[in-house]
Parts: sequence; structure tokens; C-alpha cells
Amino acid sequence: MKMRKFKNVVALSLAGILTTAALAGCGSSPAAESSPAPAEETTAPETAPTETASEAPAEADVSSGGDEGSILNIYCWNEEFKSRVTDHYPGYEAVDGTTGKIGDVTVRWQITPNDDNAYQNNLDETLLKQEGAAADDKIDIFLVEADYALKYVDTPYTMAVSDLGITDADVANQYQYTKDIVTSSDGTLKGISWQGCPGALFYNREAAKEVFGTDDPAEVQKKVADWDTFVATAEELKAAGYNIMSSVNDSYRVYSNNVTSKWVVDGKINIDENIMKWVEDSKALFDKGQTTSAELWSDDWSKGFYPEGKVFCYFGPAWLVNFSMAADQEGSIGNMGGWGITEGPQGFYWGGTWICAAAGTDNPTLVKDIMLKLTTDESIMKEIVVQDDDFVNNKPAMEAMATDTGYSSKILGGTNPLAMYCAGAESIDLSNLSSYDQGCNEEFQNAMKNYFEGNATLDEALNLFYTAVIEKYPELTY
Amino acid sequence: MTNKTRGKRGKVVSYNKWGYIFLIPFILTYIVFQLIPLISTIYNSFFENYRSGLMQIGPNFIGLENYKSLLSNPDIWVYTQNTLIMWVMGFIPQIIVSLLLASWFSDPQLRLKCAGFFKTIIYLPNLIMASAFAMLFFTLFADGGPINSILIQLGILNKPFKFMSNIWSVRGLIALMNFLMWFGNTTILLMAGMMGIDTALFEAASVDGATSTQIFYKITLPLLKPILLYVMITSLIGGLQMYDVPQVLTNGTGEPMRSSMTLIMYLNKHLYSKNYGMGGALSVILFFITGILSLLVFRFSNYKKS
Repeated sequence: MKMRKFKNVVALSLAGILTTAALAGCGSSPAAESSPAPAEETTAPETAPTETASEAPAEADVSSGGDEGSILNIYCWNEEFKSRVTDHYPGYEAVDGTTGKIGDVTVRWQITPNDDNAYQNNLDETLLKQEGAAADDKIDIFLVEADYALKYVDTPYTMAVSDLGITDADVANQYQYTKDIVTSSDGTLKGISWQGCPGALFYNREAAKEVFGTDDPAEVQKKVADWDTFVATAEELKAAGYNIMSSVNDSYRVYSNNVTSKWVVDGKINIDENIMKWVEDSKALFDKGQTTSAELWSDDWSKGFYPEGKVFCYFGPAWLVNFSMAADQEGSIGNMGGWGITEGPQGFYWGGTWICAAAGTDNPTLVKDIMLKLTTDESIMKEIVVQDDDFVNNKPAMEAMATDTGYSSKILGGTNPLAMYCAGAESIDLSNLSSYDQGCNEEFQNAMKNYFEGNATLDEALNLFYTAVIEKYPELTY
Repeated sequence: MTNKTRGKRGKVVSYNKWGYIFLIPFILTYIVFQLIPLISTIYNSFFENYRSGLMQIGPNFIGLENYKSLLSNPDIWVYTQNTLIMWVMGFIPQIIVSLLLASWFSDPQLRLKCAGFFKTIIYLPNLIMASAFAMLFFTLFADGGPINSILIQLGILNKPFKFMSNIWSVRGLIALMNFLMWFGNTTILLMAGMMGIDTALFEAASVDGATSTQIFYKITLPLLKPILLYVMITSLIGGLQMYDVPQVLTNGTGEPMRSSMTLIMYLNKHLYSKNYGMGGALSVILFFITGILSLLVFRFSNYKKS
């Protein structure tokens, strides 16, 4: 009796083995279905499909809004754009959490969080099916971030804004870098943004007074004017018990925005000098205990938002200091108006959201209008600055507000930071973006963490980086 | 399965067709959700088939190229080793603690109070989602987390210990979590096995003057062997598929230096680029590794028996 039971057990466990492989293989089954599609996609991605995409809206443009789709599908990853539209787009009425109305058109918000690449995975699948989708299910607008903008912009799935009827003159006031990010490799502008996210260095005023004897931005700037000075200053701060930055990852963007070559050159992974400079400087700071290797957004990283965290500075754009540095928490530095702002060693940007029109949209007129209203209408944009503390993508408007003494930021101790941001926005040069940036930047920081923490030599860490990138982009070599 | 039906046929022939009818749901589910994916996984493993951005590459038939590049790369063996190390680190304490608890719970002489209560308690960790559990540990053992503050306040450490930056502490934490989650389950299985042993044997042994240690080693353990074997095989299969705990704890990186990266985490890495070819090949290799290891364990224990 026992023996038979035992055999059943064995039979069951063998069935279990089968399950293993079956489950492990689950991901593979859709491959067979999607295989017929690629033929069209791989051949001449720039020419053929773009034409069809651009013809459709041209016709639609002639006939007025009446013939257009009754549902506007917007794909995004958080509530930010939704709240901008709700608050500032004339005629928008919220119906419930995920729908709204503009005139007769129903706006459907398809919000998928960014975590674990879920937003892009969902968007990819839907975009690939765009051609065959029913008019009401077609994506009309989707949002992208700078790190992966080129992935979408360089495909026929994204419509050129000129095909919507938006001219160069319409976007003349926008910062050049915001256009560079969404310009495809053949030079067409394919997206548009209402915000600019130039970064600056936010320093703890108390710490500056204690260590340098002054919290005047011009004086502090001298202490952080370039990277070598920055590293030297770290020593001085450490003597007083302060970490210069919360984490080595804080300064990563500043270095990586100022590269002189792309991540991928002719199919080969290429590491820029300035990125290696980051490794060198960060290793020095880390080894002397002047900063940590905490992940951005982790609890350890956020400790410096409070005076007890003993962190001298953070690098970031307006939204970081306004919304993400615990300014609404009693006792935080931001709450007490304790941050100062200065340019820092190099100009950079962080974040920003771009509005792209999906090829095949059935609401081109409305898409165009939303784009124009939110990103070029000066009165709406000024409203956004005042109400939402955003830095908007309009050079003359921002420059006017920079000199306005009536506008000030409480978090920054009552100064008007806009001049600092304006200067930053002008200096950003993004000619070296590639569609591999997101994966490369992420994996590079992950791999180097091992080097900083002493778990690997530099070579081992670099090898780990290459391995990880090739897993993400199998077509590359090193 | 065949075993069972054959047994039935001998006794009650007239009910035979009901046997088949009742098997239909299982067979259907098995074919749709397991057999077809299994075959298509093997099929896919012979193709170059991935997506770069929005561009689809392939599928192009490349024969055994995926297997070649996987097997020629030492990484896959490193990840197999990681997986097994972490499994063993979790399994050994698990089986020891479970045996101990099971023999206590099933020993009527001890007259344990509230046995039912404790049996429930030890099972509870298994009810928490693995990812939530890993997230909890991640927060607890962060550089500035509560565990570090407690250790510093007690004067045991003078600066925070970086649990997440040390190979053995990360592996240890993963093993600890797996141990905590599964020892209750194992205890219940072993207890069932122990209760199935004829009490006359225990009585006879104690009449003959055997100590409880002798009873445990000479009677309980040998008779428990089939259940132990079952526990071991299922745990091995589960261990080779270890994924959620290390994935969440290390944020998918398997840090430091991928020393806590398991095979399935590695498989997941290929899904970023929807690399069905490479993913398929890896799944097939994993299938064979699991099969071979299970057979080895089975053969080894069976051999001794006969």
C-alpha cells in the first residue's frame, strides 16, 4: 500500500517537472502568433508606413472635427499629464477617474505605471497592433520620457508634428533641447513638451553657512564650479560631518548629459570619457566615505531631505525640489526654506514628458489642439508655472518670469530660481542621444555599484555591464 | 497517472469510462496550458527572434546557435550554482527544523499544549506573498533600516552593515526567507508521514527499552523516507525555479556581481528584449537540469532501498 502511494508521489513529482518547463516557457507562446508581422516592420521602416500615416490625417484635416473619432485614447504612466489637461485645457470635463470629455469626444486615460517597464511593454504591444485596431481603440496620444524617446520617435508609429499641421513657427519659443530629444534621426520633429526640466544644484544652506561661512549662491558656486573642485570640496564638507551628495547616483545624470559620444557607435557599445570620469570621481568620493551608493528614491537616499541626514547637496530640476524632497513634511529642509540653488559643475536636465501623436490616430485635429494649447499657448503656460510650479517650455515666458520679483519659491528660501533654470536649459546639448540610453544608463549604474562597494574590480564591473546590455539589446557587440 | 488507471481497470471494469471522462478536464488543461507551450518553447529555441525597440528581428531559423551561445558562456553555470547554493542554504535548516517540529508535534508523550495553534502559526509565513515578504526584508535590512539601527543601538555594530552589498548576506537573506516561508509546509507533510507510522512499532520499541533518540533514528526516519524523498524532490524543483524572492530583494540585478542571480532571473533578463529564441533555449536547458537532478535524487534514494 505504502509502495503504491509512493509511486503516485513519484508520478506526481514527474508531472511537476513537466510543469516547470511548461511554466518557464509560457512567455514564448505569443512569438508564433506575432511572427507574421515583422516582415513589414523590418523593411524600410522610415519610408513606406510614414506615407500612409501622414495621408490619413491630411484628409481628416480638411473635413472638420465632426468626422473624427469619438474616443481619444491617451497612454501615459501617471496622473501628471491628466491633471495638466484637466486644469488647463479649455473645455475638458472630468467624468470619472479614467475618463473625461472634450465636447463630444470621450477622453480615455490608459494609465500603466512605469515600474518594471510595464508602461513601455503595454504601449509596444498596443502600437504594434495599431494598424488593425478599431478606430475607437487606436492610440491617439502617448507620452514618452527622454530616456527612451528615440525608441518611439525613430519608428513610423509616431507621427511627425508637421503632419498634424504644427509648424516650426508654432514651436519657435520652445527650448531647443526639448526638440532635440524627440527629433528622429532623419531630422523630423515627432513630439512636443509643455515642460522643461533643466537641473541645478540644490544645497543645504545651513551646511553652507557652517562650512563655508556663507550661503550666497555665487560663493557656493565657486566651491562646486567643476568636478575637481567638487571632489576637493567634499573633503572640506566631510571634516564637518557632511556627505557632499546623498549617493553617487545623484551626479550620474550630470555627467551622462555631457557626453561627447553616443552609447552605441556602429553597433558597438561605447563608454564615453565623461562617464568614466563619473566612475573615477565617484569611486574616490565613495572610498573616502563622502557619499553612499544608495539607489535614487530609496529611504537611505532620502535621508538628506532632513537636516539630520547631513547631506550637502542634491542635483535636480524644479520638480525634484518642489514635489519630491519632502517639502510638505514638518522638519524637512524644504519645509523650512533651507535649500539654496546654484548651477553646479555642468548643465543637465532630468525628466520631462513629451506628447507624441500615434500614427493612425482618428482624432488629429483634437490632438493638434491639445498639443498647441498646452505647449505653445503663453497664457496657459504661465498658468501652469504659477499653479503647478512647473518650468514650462517657453523661452520668452520663462525669461520674463525670471526677472519678476513677485515670483519666488518658499522651499528655496524665497528666491526666484527661474533665472538659474533658464541658464541651465540653454546650455543643454543633447546631440549624443541614442535609443539605447535607458538600458545602458540603468545597467551602467547597477554594474558600477559593485565596483564602488568593492565587490568587483573595474574590469569585472565593466564586463558585467556589457553582459547586461547585450541581454537587453542582443544585436549589440562590445 | 497510468499507474492509477491500470489499477482501477483490474477491479471495476464497468466504471472504466468514467475514469476517462473524469480525466478529460485534466488532459485538456494539460494540453492547452502545458504541453503546447512546452512544445512551442522547444520549437522557438531554434530561432533568432527578438525585438529591438519596436523593431522585430527574426524569427530566423538558426538551429542550435542559441544553445551554443548559452552553453559556451560560463554565466549559465554560475547562475545554476547560485541557485543550488541558495536552495541548499535554505533547505538544510528547513528539513532539520521541520523534522524536529514534526516529531514534537506527533509525539503524544510530550503532551504539547496548543499544538493546533502553533501548527497554524508556523504555516503563516507561507500565506504572505513572496514579493511582499522580500520587500519587507529589503526595508528591514536596508543600510539605514531598523535591523541596522537596532544592532548599532545595542552596541554590536558601530556602523551600518551593508546587507545588500555582501555576497553571503544577500544569499543568506534569500535562504532565510525561503526557509521561513516553507518550513511550516514541510512540517505538516512530515507530520502526516509520522502519524502514518504504526504506533505499535513505537510501543514495541519503548517496551524493548529504546531511548527516544534511538526510536527517532531507527524507526521514525527509515519509515519516513518516502515522504522525505518527496519533500526533497518538490523542494528541489521549487528551488531551481527560485525567482520572486531574489528578484524583488535585489531589484532584479542579482547583486552583488550577480552572485544571487538565479536561472529564472536570468531567463527574465532575456524577456526585456522579447528574446524568445534565447529564452526558449534557456527554458529547455533548465528543463533538462531539473529532470536530471530529480532523477539523480530519485535513483540515489531508490538504489539504497532495494
